[in-house]
Amino acid sequence: MAERSRSYRTRAVILRRRDHGDADRILTVFTPRRGRLELIARGVRRTTSRRSGHLEPFIHVDLQVAQGRTWDVVTEATTVESFRGLRSDLGRIGRAGYVAELVDAFGQADPEALMGLWELLLLALRELDTGGGHPDLLLRWFEIHLLGLMGFQPELARCLGCGEPLQPVTNFLSLQAGGFYCPSCGERLEQGDPVEATVLKVLRHLQRSPWSAVRSLRLRRSTQAQVESVLQRYLAAVLERRPRSLHVLHRLRSLG
Amino acid sequence: MAEPLAQPVSNLIQAFSRLPGIGPKTASRLAYFLLRADDEIALNLARALEELKARTLFCSVCLNIADQDPCRLCADPQRDPTVICVVEEPLDVQAIERTREFRGVYHVLHGAISPVEGIGPEDLKVRELMARVRRSLETETPVQELIVATNPNLEGEATAMYLARLFKPLGLRVTRLARGLPTGGDLEYADESTLANALTGRSEL
Repeated sequence: MAERSRSYRTRAVILRRRDHGDADRILTVFTPRRGRLELIARGVRRTTSRRSGHLEPFIHVDLQVAQGRTWDVVTEATTVESFRGLRSDLGRIGRAGYVAELVDAFGQADPEALMGLWELLLLALRELDTGGGHPDLLLRWFEIHLLGLMGFQPELARCLGCGEPLQPVTNFLSLQAGGFYCPSCGERLEQGDPVEATVLKVLRHLQRSPWSAVRSLRLRRSTQAQVESVLQRYLAAVLERRPRSLHVLHRLRSLG
Repeated sequence: MAEPLAQPVSNLIQAFSRLPGIGPKTASRLAYFLLRADDEIALNLARALEELKARTLFCSVCLNIADQDPCRLCADPQRDPTVICVVEEPLDVQAIERTREFRGVYHVLHGAISPVEGIGPEDLKVRELMARVRRSLETETPVQELIVATNPNLEGEATAMYLARLFKPLGLRVTRLARGLPTGGDLEYADESTLANALTGRSEL
């Protein structure tokens, strides 16, 4: 193994943090090359700390880190992007919290997926900060691309039973199998949720398009709700739990 | 393999190491200190711990931890009940009391909104604050101002925004502690949010 330097410099986004000891915090950050890391930031709960303002959730920072025994230690932190627009709106804070929780949950990704996940995270935060697109549509696009990057891309083109291309009719979603069954194969399924053709069409569009091609999409409220329901049930099946930030997000979003 | 430590010692070490900020080494040091110290020291600690749970309660007005209900601050006729300072934790009440600048009363939320941790407004003592404010509006001393003294971090700010959204429609003045540069700080090390806040909240000399 190559000799490891005792300190390193990295870009990072702060995902979450918890208090530790008298004035320290343990930060969970996501980095483009090392993935999800837990670092200790000493003394940052003191009001005189020079680093604390740079280590708030969702901030994109440049970090100097010294290797430590239990946790690596943050020795310097400088803000690259603070996303002030995002943090001045309750609904956007709630959505960013959800994005951060998902990245935290999937953060121990394969090395080759890390850079993609990093770019996805930054794009989501930038859009929540200043973007004109619909923030909920952004979350759906984020979810489906996150699933793809992590190797859980749902099959939206062909029937998982007979392999035939799915037709624009009501098809059947199987969370366990990770995709859809055509009506005739779907009849034989024990658990299959009927999903309207429009919803499948939107899911496909989200899956194969960059955000720039999706952001101006206008959906009917009922379609939007069904797309959300499919993706969130699918994510919960992959994670084997419902993300805990969701109920906070729903509460904060309802405030507008 | 036989347990190398006497059971009562290892029990105490385990109990200490469950406390925040105390690792196994510190826990052992504390346990051995008590073992060797005068009986009185250990017994005083044991009594204090017992009383901690037996003789404290939540003040039914401000939800601070107290030894009487209502707590001494809420029961004090010298305090102004029309100004409520809203804080995250009981320790924040102590911090503000130390300034001797505030003569109003408090409300302790017992936390702050944190989406990543799954803590929403309904997990805080916001409903109780709303009930308290509404009750006061029918008395001779209606609440006129909420000073939101949550922490100047993302969670504290989110909580402050939420409270403003909730209480302003009732005609209350909702204020926030000023945010800016700390005493003894160095301008060149300030992050951009702090500096921006300091600029917005600048005051005339």
